[in-house]
Amino acid sequence: MIQINQLHKKFGKLIVLDGLDLDINSGGIFAILGPNGSGKTTLIKSILGMVIPNSGEIKINDQSVLKKWEYRNKINYLPQIANFPANLSVKELIAMVKNLRPKESNDSDLIKLFSLEPFLDKKLGNLSGGTKQKVNIILTFMFDSELIILDEPTTGLDPISLIHLKEIIQNEKSKGKTILITTHIMSFVEEVADEIVFLLDGEIYFKGSTKNLKLQTNQPDLEHAIAHLMQKDNV
Amino acid sequence: MRSRWSYVYFAFYLALGFVLLFLNNDINKAIITLLNIIIVLTPLIGTIFGVMYYYNSKEFTELLLAQPIKRSKIFMGQFLGISISLTLSLALGLGIPFLLYGLFKSSAIFDFALLLVVGSLLNFIFVALAFNIALSNVNKIKGFGYAILMWLFLAVIYDGLFLISLVMFNEYPLDQFSLLATMFNPIDLSRILILLKLDISALLGYTGAVFKKFFGTNFGLIISFSVMILWIALPVWRINTKLKKKDF
Repeated sequence: MIQINQLHKKFGKLIVLDGLDLDINSGGIFAILGPNGSGKTTLIKSILGMVIPNSGEIKINDQSVLKKWEYRNKINYLPQIANFPANLSVKELIAMVKNLRPKESNDSDLIKLFSLEPFLDKKLGNLSGGTKQKVNIILTFMFDSELIILDEPTTGLDPISLIHLKEIIQNEKSKGKTILITTHIMSFVEEVADEIVFLLDGEIYFKGSTKNLKLQTNQPDLEHAIAHLMQKDNV
Repeated sequence: MRSRWSYVYFAFYLALGFVLLFLNNDINKAIITLLNIIIVLTPLIGTIFGVMYYYNSKEFTELLLAQPIKRSKIFMGQFLGISISLTLSLALGLGIPFLLYGLFKSSAIFDFALLLVVGSLLNFIFVALAFNIALSNVNKIKGFGYAILMWLFLAVIYDGLFLISLVMFNEYPLDQFSLLATMFNPIDLSRILILLKLDISALLGYTGAVFKKFFGTNFGLIISFSVMILWIALPVWRINTKLKKKDF
């Protein structure tokens, strides 16, 4: 579904992506992990067209996405930091995003699920971090797209909302969607991910199931396995 | 339009308009005073609003960038939004007091129209320039600083340099040079346009005569307006070019 070939990106003198190759099949939940500065966010932003790579190719469903923008209609994206304009209300923001996408949306069900009805008329600048994250999630999942990219989706969520989020993710997976998640929370990865893609120094160092990772690094749990990978001498 | 600052700006112009007219009771004089203020003030406001808006809405812009919209549409939308909002504040803020004082009955209506047109053009020009600077500078403080410097340069320093060069090269015929130099500063261009329209050009002496000969004609007027439009078009073009390569 996603084919990435020899992706290079540097910011000034700092090389962030160094000839990255990645193939992701459609259907399934992929956790993108790696130490800070390994290029996770740059990789995701390149797929979304927010970062422009120096060289390399990114294809979704066999079509190049570089310099294009319509393909973004098939992607749902949850950004890591949800900063919305403070003087819009929740209702207005949702209406605005709906306007931008020529698609059907499912916002009313999601609003009920996350109990956001009392907040619909409140200004976004007055909401707590957790509530803003719920709005963020609604904006992401209210459309039906084949590719879903989530950047640290669990931030600020209370336990009930976390359960709902996991349910939504599994629901989307059962519909055959492809879901990419970046996160540092290993328990979340363990529960939810089918495959792990581990980035180090701008390249893919490991791609496979959680089970394989534990076997390969000879560690009892995911946290230690990832920590093991992060110590470069062991790779 | 929701921004509180738009209303402050609008109220300011309203107050200014009323005060001037009250003190003068002569529409013509009020217009002249206003012209001098507008020429310096609109660029400043345009610059500040432009830079502030860009940096304030940075994260939200990132949300928009992940949507299926062209980048240029997002930023052109923001640019036009601010410029038009500022222009409306100007037009209404000044228009209302003048109308109430009987603008339509006066012959000064064309001068007033010129005032509004020039003010609006300056709005657009300086918001475009501000966006350019903000786009090129991730550091907010640097960006804001450069923007203010730019305004200062065009509003004040440029004229200083121009005068110095006039004095230094006194022996040479300077008409062409003066004309050319005016083109490079939208504020000066506006100033000249207005001075000529109001027939005070005699005060400028020989240079004034040259300007009058050039700008006073329809040809000169058309060129001036074209250059002002160019002052909008070039920064806008640069914004779009920068956008294609920028990372967010």
